[in-house]
Amino acid sequence: MIRERQSPPERRSLPHRPRLVPRLDPSVVPSAATALVLVAAFLLGAARYENFASWMVLRNLLVDNAYLGIAAVGATFVILAGGIDLSVGAVMAMTSVLVARLVEHAGVHPAVAIAVAILAGMSFGLAQGSLIQLFGLPAFLVTLAGMFLARGAAFALHPQSLGVRHPFVAQLLNDSLSLHIPLGPRGVVIPITVVVAGAVIAITWWTLRQTPFGRAVHAIGDDEHAATLMGVPVGRVRVMTYAIAGGLSALAGVAFTLYQQAGDPTACKGLELDAIAAVVIGGTLLRGGVGGVIGTLMGVLILGLIQTIITFEGDLSSWWTRIVVGVLVLAFVALQRGVDAIASRRLTSAA
Amino acid sequence: MAEPRPHPGVALAAIARDLLWPLVALAAILVVGAIFAPGFLTIGTIDGRLVGTPIDILNHGSKVAIVALGMTLVIATGGVDLSVGAVVAIAAAVTATLVSEQGVPWPLAVPAAVLVGTMAGLWNGMLVTVLRLQPIVATLVLMVAGRGIAQLVTGGLIVTVREPAIDLIGNGASVGLPNTFWLLAAVFLGLALLVRRTALGLLIACVGDNDSASRLAGVPERSVRLFAYAVCGSCAAIAGLIDCSYIRAADVNNAGQLLELDAILAVVIGGTALTGGRFSLIGSIIGAMLMQSLTRLLYMLDVSAEIAPAPKAMVVLAVCLLQSSVFRAFVGRVARRQEAGTP
Repeated sequence: MIRERQSPPERRSLPHRPRLVPRLDPSVVPSAATALVLVAAFLLGAARYENFASWMVLRNLLVDNAYLGIAAVGATFVILAGGIDLSVGAVMAMTSVLVARLVEHAGVHPAVAIAVAILAGMSFGLAQGSLIQLFGLPAFLVTLAGMFLARGAAFALHPQSLGVRHPFVAQLLNDSLSLHIPLGPRGVVIPITVVVAGAVIAITWWTLRQTPFGRAVHAIGDDEHAATLMGVPVGRVRVMTYAIAGGLSALAGVAFTLYQQAGDPTACKGLELDAIAAVVIGGTLLRGGVGGVIGTLMGVLILGLIQTIITFEGDLSSWWTRIVVGVLVLAFVALQRGVDAIASRRLTSAA
Repeated sequence: MAEPRPHPGVALAAIARDLLWPLVALAAILVVGAIFAPGFLTIGTIDGRLVGTPIDILNHGSKVAIVALGMTLVIATGGVDLSVGAVVAIAAAVTATLVSEQGVPWPLAVPAAVLVGTMAGLWNGMLVTVLRLQPIVATLVLMVAGRGIAQLVTGGLIVTVREPAIDLIGNGASVGLPNTFWLLAAVFLGLALLVRRTALGLLIACVGDNDSASRLAGVPERSVRLFAYAVCGSCAAIAGLIDCSYIRAADVNNAGQLLELDAILAVVIGGTALTGGRFSLIGSIIGAMLMQSLTRLLYMLDVSAEIAPAPKAMVVLAVCLLQSSVFRAFVGRVARRQEAGTP
């Protein structure tokens, strides 16, 4: 993104040749492809099924994927900085059970319980990041252990699903705070989880583009060594990305609790893979440095659309979702590889 | 490559040093088990075959160990294979479907399942060597899609297997010990001969240590990697056969679930460097037995199967910290400072 803004003056200094087709910036190609897939998936659905292009389907798309969106934003931070977090789904389960347990058994007010859960998630991420940064342990190993730990903790907190029946959750969070939009025949109700997810995405977009921290995240992912030489506090920024991911996973767990009206220790198994898949499909390079949260949003919507289409298809089994997602991830990673290769060839030919 | 052959005694001492900590940890778990869980170390005999918790650990640990052996080679090249759990499910599905629904005789179905695993491994290896994807990403694709493929094979059902020969793999015993143990021994011997009696082991370690340097030195880097992933896929398929045999069915939703984690952790505990370049096959077997003993001990201590992963994660983190050079240096510094502080 920084590159986009800097590139035009460089280009003008080259001998100018009129071009009918503007040269495509290689870093734009993956995002363009993501947008294309998103539109294509929607058009496919709309063309195949009668009621697909309705406000209700769009609303459900947002509501069903709000928590995945929040979690995927956390994964975006970590992956942009060149790391990986496999503990997302387990941390979500842990926080969802924690909230339910605090509210139902300990009589804590839901607002307090939610704050505690988010703090717990952040501390969890902070601990993982510290282990990775201070002791040089591989990120996937530490977060793998973190996944075990959080999943075990979730079951230790409560072995089964635990309904949350507090009026604050049912009334305020799920009803009064929802947006009522007069669209379609019966109007559209957007629950607070979607609003929160939108806010998270907006804030992240601003943070990554406009703040020194956001630039530092990009810099570390692009070239850690260069970032160190430039004076970026690499260690602190990396630990912070894991803390943010932990906090956002916790927030996603809270959103999941509101969505299900229950805390469930078995919930969100394998959700970390969906989150990573959304980030990859969204055009963020897994080696770090390039990408953004808008791509992640599109990635989440693509995953949601695939799920919706497969539901609409009816006789297609749900395991097709996994296969289609796997193929999409592969296609996008291969595309990134190709773009990378072309970009580096251009660099060498220009030199 | 005129490297002087080290004196066998020196080599043995080096192996013993590398295996010291995993063995100590394994012994510690067995001792704790013997004290706190009555019957943890008891072995009896029924119909001339050994039974008891240690034999159970050996039986189930062998499955993890076989996967860990394949994983060791992949990790030694500096990669990782996250798809082994999914490959286990695919292999189990292929075996069960071929034997029960297609009526294929088992001597054909078993090699077919292993071959499918090899193909899956080759696919991973292709993505890593040809497309140059990071191993985590390349194998993530099959990890995500693999279980779906296994579902396609079985049509989403649990396919039962009523073939005595397949039943024997996981539930039979020879010379008193479970067949899975002999299977593990065979896989280990085969791999050990292959990597230690030929240059292959050296090449694998080379690639893992520094792949561009080894490419420049003429090491067929791509083939070496492809080989490692193919072996890993085959090993996962063998574990799939065992899994299918244990429950006399292919349950693709649960077969090999979280097995990739146990296998990776077994490899790490066994002293193989996650950054590649150094590996120990026997270490991985010890690591797998350690993981299985720990799991078993936790069950015997009435820790539920769902909570059990948490203490396992703690052990793994502890072992990794002990192996991390930064942590050792850190502890060393603290110790020195304390020495300096006390006059």
